[in-house]
Amino acid sequence: MSKRSNWAIPYFIFLVFFVVLPLVLIVVYSLQDGNGGFTMSNITRFFTDSDALNTFAVSIEVAVENTLICLLLGYPAAYILADKNLNKSAVTVILFILPMWINALMRTLATAELFNVLGFTLGKGTLLFGMVYDYLPFMIYPIYNVLLKMDNSYAEAAADLGATPTQVFRKVTLPLSMPGISSGILMVFMPTVSTFAISEFLTNNKIKLFGTIIQENINSSMWNYGAALALIMLVIIGLTTVLLGGDEREVEGGTI
Amino acid sequence: MKKYFAQAYIWLLLVILYAPIFFIAIFSFTEARTLGNWTGFSFELYKNIFSGGVNGGAGLMAAIKNTLIIAVIAAAVSTLLGTVSAIGIYNLKGRKKKTIQFLNNIPMINPDVITGVSLFLLFVFLHFSQGYLSVILAHISFCTPYVVLSVMPKLGQMNPNIYEAALDLGATPGQALRKVLIPQLRPGMVSGFILAFTMSLDDFAVTFFTRGTIGLETLSTYIYADARKGGLTPELRPLMTLIFTIILVLLIIMNVRQARTEKVKR
Repeated sequence: MSKRSNWAIPYFIFLVFFVVLPLVLIVVYSLQDGNGGFTMSNITRFFTDSDALNTFAVSIEVAVENTLICLLLGYPAAYILADKNLNKSAVTVILFILPMWINALMRTLATAELFNVLGFTLGKGTLLFGMVYDYLPFMIYPIYNVLLKMDNSYAEAAADLGATPTQVFRKVTLPLSMPGISSGILMVFMPTVSTFAISEFLTNNKIKLFGTIIQENINSSMWNYGAALALIMLVIIGLTTVLLGGDEREVEGGTI
Repeated sequence: MKKYFAQAYIWLLLVILYAPIFFIAIFSFTEARTLGNWTGFSFELYKNIFSGGVNGGAGLMAAIKNTLIIAVIAAAVSTLLGTVSAIGIYNLKGRKKKTIQFLNNIPMINPDVITGVSLFLLFVFLHFSQGYLSVILAHISFCTPYVVLSVMPKLGQMNPNIYEAALDLGATPGQALRKVLIPQLRPGMVSGFILAFTMSLDDFAVTFFTRGTIGLETLSTYIYADARKGGLTPELRPLMTLIFTIILVLLIIMNVRQARTEKVKR
């Protein structure tokens, strides 16, 4: 048996090379000036760069709004899909998951074109609509999965013991579905902050999100500042992951 | 009553979710250059794709070819690497197992932009010339974790003794692998391959950062450049419709397979 554990070694080396080293390089490049000398100026520059700070604030705002809307629209949908009495067909579930497999860029362009033809002005409203449209499946799917695996006898027991349907939902179903909600938030919030291209297409270049300024800096060969912005993004990812309970497997294990 | 409300809500969401896709699909059957004009039913745009007579020239065809080549290679290598690694990880214990599983999760949690920028910096750092090979390596790195996760549950379901039994009965390790292990893991490998294939097909950000400056275009980067120039090439409408249909079919096949294996288990 011990010999077969060696089969993981090539992949371990691969991961160190293509996952760990690149992330280390983000840190290294963000702490270097153009000539390779050590500097903190890339990091401090962000905090004095009003353009970047603005974009950052807008990204967080859009991401929070998008996450909330997705949660409010997605939770009921996941609840209905997971309930055998309300939904018997597996097809509706596939239909909700399907958009996750289609290029976000394509879906976004289709949305933007539809808005154009319908005569909507592209701006904040269309951005939010397009974002919700892009990310709703990512909220529904994890919540649906958790609700589906949930043991119904808890809810039934609560009802038998005299809880009203509202109480059952608030005290039993909702707390038990928290792992799904946190992974849903994780799957919607971070990608929204970091998208590039999507926001430009949905707002006709009026609103930029954080991913776009990272891309702009990298593409105009300002690697060090671009890396510093990516580092800031990484720190936020780390924080949200920790705040939302991080390791999914442990959270899932806890519900069983 | 409650049931009808629930069904109405679900279908309302689905209609909104699919409106743009249907909109594109409907207007793929007309020749009008501007979207939203209906100039009569026609297969012209579909014919254009297959005859290569797109007014953007050979660009779109080349982009489709690149996308498929990259997706097939990346998915095949990921499936191989992911399966071998899953067997290895499954047999690991304790902290080693935790570490490699943690590393395996990183590419799945990281937003595309971060993965793209970090790999871009890697290739710059190594003075590795960016092009086909760098894009394929990048795709393998974000596809393999999904294969590992698809194969792992199959290893858990497998009776660990049958491999040993094959060895005891005189099979060489190679034979035991081919005749015993692989057939058991095949469903996981197939869904891992499909997953990796669609991941690679869909990718935009990582390709965008790792393709270098040799003018390598995949479908996503082609669409991006096209849309920046203002307005979509009309031929992209039938293409989106086709891709949508293909993915729908793949997903249904995958789900039917899964449902069937679950039924067999029961």
